[in-house]
Formats: sequence, C-alpha cells, structure tokens
Amino acid sequence: MTHVAIQNLRKTYPGSDDPALDGLSLEIPSGELTALLGPSGCGKTTAMKIIAGLLAPTSGNVLFDGQGVLDTRPEHRGVVMVFQNNLLFPYMSVAENVGFGLKMRKLDPALIRTQVEEMLALVKLPGMGQRKPSELSGGQQQRVALARALIVEPDVLLLDEPLSNLDAHLRYEMRDLIQSLQKRMKITTIFVTHDQEEAVVLADRVALILDGRLKQYDKAEAFFNRPVDEATARFFGGQNFVEGCSDGGAFDSALGRLALPPGARKGAGKLTFRPENVEVGFKDEGLGNRLSAVVLEVNYLGTQTRLRLDVNGHQIQALANPAHVASLGPGDQIVIRIPESALWVL
Amino acid sequence: MTGGGAFGLQSFRVLTGAMLITWLVLPLIPLGLWSFAKGWFYPDLLPKAWSLRAWEYAFSDTSGVLDSLWLTIGVAALTTVLSVLIGVPAGRALGLYRFRGKAAVELLILAPTIVPGIAVALGLHSVFISLGLTNTVQGVVLVHLIPTLPYMILVMSGVFANYDTAFEAQARSLGASPLQTFWHVTLPAIRPGLIVGSLFAFLVSWSQYILTLLIGGGRVETLPLLLFSFATSGRNDITGAIGMIYILPGLIILILTARHLSGRSGAISGVGRL
Repeated sequence: MTHVAIQNLRKTYPGSDDPALDGLSLEIPSGELTALLGPSGCGKTTAMKIIAGLLAPTSGNVLFDGQGVLDTRPEHRGVVMVFQNNLLFPYMSVAENVGFGLKMRKLDPALIRTQVEEMLALVKLPGMGQRKPSELSGGQQQRVALARALIVEPDVLLLDEPLSNLDAHLRYEMRDLIQSLQKRMKITTIFVTHDQEEAVVLADRVALILDGRLKQYDKAEAFFNRPVDEATARFFGGQNFVEGCSDGGAFDSALGRLALPPGARKGAGKLTFRPENVEVGFKDEGLGNRLSAVVLEVNYLGTQTRLRLDVNGHQIQALANPAHVASLGPGDQIVIRIPESALWVL
Repeated sequence: MTGGGAFGLQSFRVLTGAMLITWLVLPLIPLGLWSFAKGWFYPDLLPKAWSLRAWEYAFSDTSGVLDSLWLTIGVAALTTVLSVLIGVPAGRALGLYRFRGKAAVELLILAPTIVPGIAVALGLHSVFISLGLTNTVQGVVLVHLIPTLPYMILVMSGVFANYDTAFEAQARSLGASPLQTFWHVTLPAIRPGLIVGSLFAFLVSWSQYILTLLIGGGRVETLPLLLFSFATSGRNDITGAIGMIYILPGLIILILTARHLSGRSGAISGVGRL
C-alpha cells in the first residue's frame, strides 16, 4: 500500500524543444488502479518511466508515501514496470522468467521454484514453467509478464498498455485477472493506455493527459457525463457541441431552448450531450426538451445505428437502438428528445 | 524443371567444395608430408624416407617452438580480451546511439583494414620507442589491437544495431543491479556475436607477422616469426612441423565455434551492414 504523488513533473528530451511532459502533477491513492490515458506521444510512457526510475525528469518530484524517490535506483524503488511488448527474456524458460526478480534478490532456488509454481497457478498457467516464451500465445506471454512483475511483490505496479495487444475476448479475461490480483495484493497500480475503452474497463480512476498536461482526473463516468472541456469530451467520443448561453436553468442556442439539470454552469458556453443519450423513437409524448430534426444520414453499426441529424441548421450526431430506427432514411422528419440529465455545459 | 534447378545447385555446391579444398587444404598436404620426410627431392612424388626427427626437434626445449606457442597463445588471448573490453562498449555506442561525427568515427575504426598495416606500424614504431614499448610483449599486444579492433567493433555494432535495450530496463525494474543486468540479460543476447568477434580477434592476432616483427623487434618471437626464420633457413621439415602446429589452434577454434559462424545466428546478421 503506497501512495504515489507526482509533483510538477517536466521532461524535455535532449535535442527537442517541446517538452514530453509539461508540469504533470497527480496524486494516486494507495491501493488504487489508475489509468494514465492520452493519445500516443502525450508523455504518459515518459511519466511511467520516470516513476519506475528508468528515466530522470528534467524537473519535478516523485514521492512514495511522502518520500522523494528520484535518488533511489530503479532496482531499489519497489516499482516494477511491465512493458507493452512483454519483453520476456527469450533464452529463459517461463519459470526462469517469472523467477528472475527473486533470483536477482538471491533467494534460495527451492523457494523460488515453489513461489514460481504458485504465481503461475495464479495467472492460470500452471505447469507451463518449462516452456519457452516463444511457445506461448500473446495472451499467455502477457500473463507471464504480469506474473514476473507480481512475484517480487512491488509496492507500485506500472503497466504499459496491458490490454492493447489482446483479442477482444482475451481483453476481458486479462482485465478480470489484473483487477482481481490487484485487489487481492492491494498494489498501487498505474497503467498507461491510449485507448479510452481500456482505461474505462480497467481503472478505478482515469487521469487524462493531453499535450503533457493533466486534463482531468476522475472516475471513468465523469469523462462521459462531466468532461472539463471540449478536447476531453471529444477524446471520449463526444461529438455534439453547441455554442450558446446558459441562465442556470436552461440553455439557449441554435437548437432552441433546452432545460438544464440543477447546478449547471451559468453564462456563455458550450452545450454538450453524448450521441447515445439522444432519444430517437421514444414513446412518452409528455416529456420536455423535444426537438424536431431532419435525418441526413443513417449508418448501421451492428449494435447501434449512427444518425446524422439537422436541427434548425445545426448538425448533431445520435446513436440509437437499430430496432427503433430501422424504418428511417435520409430526408425523414423526426422528433428527438435530449433528457435534462444528459446535458452538460462547458 | 525443378529437378534441373536442384541439379544446378548441387553441382554448384560440389564445385565450391572442390575449390575450397584446392585452395585451403591442398597447400597443407606438402607441408604435412615435409614434416615427416627425411629428405624429399625433385622429381620424387613422395619422400623416399620418413622420419619423426622434425617433430622431435619441434617439441624439444632447444627449438623454442613450445615457448613460442605459449607466447603466441598468450598474446592472442590477451589481445582478444582487450578487444572485447574495448569493442563491446564501442560497438554498443555505434550500434545504438546516433551522435555527431558517427560516420567519421566508423571510418576511422575501419581505417586499419584499409590502410596497409606496415604504413601504420612504421609510424607507430617511433611512438612506441618513445613510450618504451618496443621489444615488449605489452607493446606487441597493443599493436595487435590495431587490426583486431575493427573486426570486434564492427561485429558488435552489428549485434547492438539489432538489440533492444528495453530488456535491460525491464531487468532493472525487476530488481537487477547494473552488473546483474549485464550478466543475465545483455551477455546472453550478445553472446553469439561476441564469440564471432572474439574468434576474429584471436585469429587476426594469431596470424600477425609484420606488426610483431616491427614492434617486438625480434625479441617477442611468436610462432609466425619462428616459422619464417625456419622457412628462410631452408629447413623444410621443421617448417612443416611448426606449420602444422601453427594451424592447429585455428582449426580447433573453427570447429568449436562453427555453428556460430554458420550465418544463421541472428545476432551476427548486422555484419551484413559492413
């Protein structure tokens, strides 16, 4: 159980003018599973390497339980980083890979053997110890890499894109495994990803980093319902942004006047609502926030149908249940509803 | 048609095999015969009488062949160790990092293989005299580094060009010290290339004549020097025996490490860059 604090971390690589990290600060409560989310090249892997001690920051500090650790060498920091491409040592067996950290700590070989067996059982690879990493599937390799990290019982576990190389069904298996092991061992865990779905399914809390800076640090649902700005909303698939003015109770814009939920921001701003919260083909006629729209385009996506709509000359996107909109085509006049609770003013 | 192609490949193999034997093995046969001959005169196809005299002499204390053999092994081994100690870090720098003037550095490292050794050695001779290194084993080892280092560094830079340092970061993160990381992670990864480079270094040092003669001043009498002095004095039987001893280590090393030289080893694929 280690509380991790990153303070004003800055990193500029030699020969580059743009900082990879531009004053990143973050507090990660002990025992939590936190995602550092951001597009490729936003500095999240740099942050991870600095925490692991594999890279020195240009300025700033990293604290574990209030103690600065920048002067501590990586092998003494109590942090283990699991890299994206597993990096299993190819000339070692699976068991030797998993036992590597214990061997470096000069533990008794017999003890290492029993611990490796236990750890392999924990990641559901019992009896695989004598295989070579190249004989395993990608998902199995990833689990070996995880076992190799967990066996040294780190205070802080760092995972670089832990699910990104896996097929859909393996992703959920791996997610469940990481979550259950992390909760059982109560290891403060940070993982980086560029995939918002990966962050949402795995993390307790998500830190969104854009351009080397922290945008928002919150529970996953907040990024969908209460994004801090348009860039954050867009990163999470937000597509509807309407300029206008809020009086606290309602929002006036090109779409018309829409009632806002209690506590909404006042003044000029942008109204946003998620495409999946636009109700098309609703039943109850008595509810408010109804708008008439013209269908411009219909795209069937399998589990959902994407609609491009025109409301008073302003285009909005909606995602609807395919069964409700099966008969719609371009040019159709429809009535849509955007519930109060789905509206958010930026 | 495929049969014809296979046949063409087959005959090509036979041809290259035959050429290799002609050029590499045939010249050794008279040498071997001479070492067992008791006189061998034109136009006899084979010596008329046989004798082990040359071998007895070669292994006697008076000939100095055994001393010379140990000296040559010592010089070559020391040269190889120093080549490894310099070549691995240098090859790593050239293989992994980009820096200003890298092309010039690479050219300078290659230079000894292009520039005639004697030209370099003559210039170095005066430097070594002022340093008091002439006529010493240390001096000879140092001067042997000139032809061995290019091979070592270029082989190692090829190895490191295909090397992923993330494995080292992973090992450090798992709790390995820098030394443990080198021993358990770096060394196994570069081992095949290291063996090939060391082999080159050993054999290049083993076959040095001019540099040893010039810097050693005749006091450091390695096998090629001894061989040459017997050859010029017309003792073909003893020359034959020493010659056989001289090629032996090369053959042994070659057989022991042949699988690393097969070219299938990924670690030396970078050598193709040369």
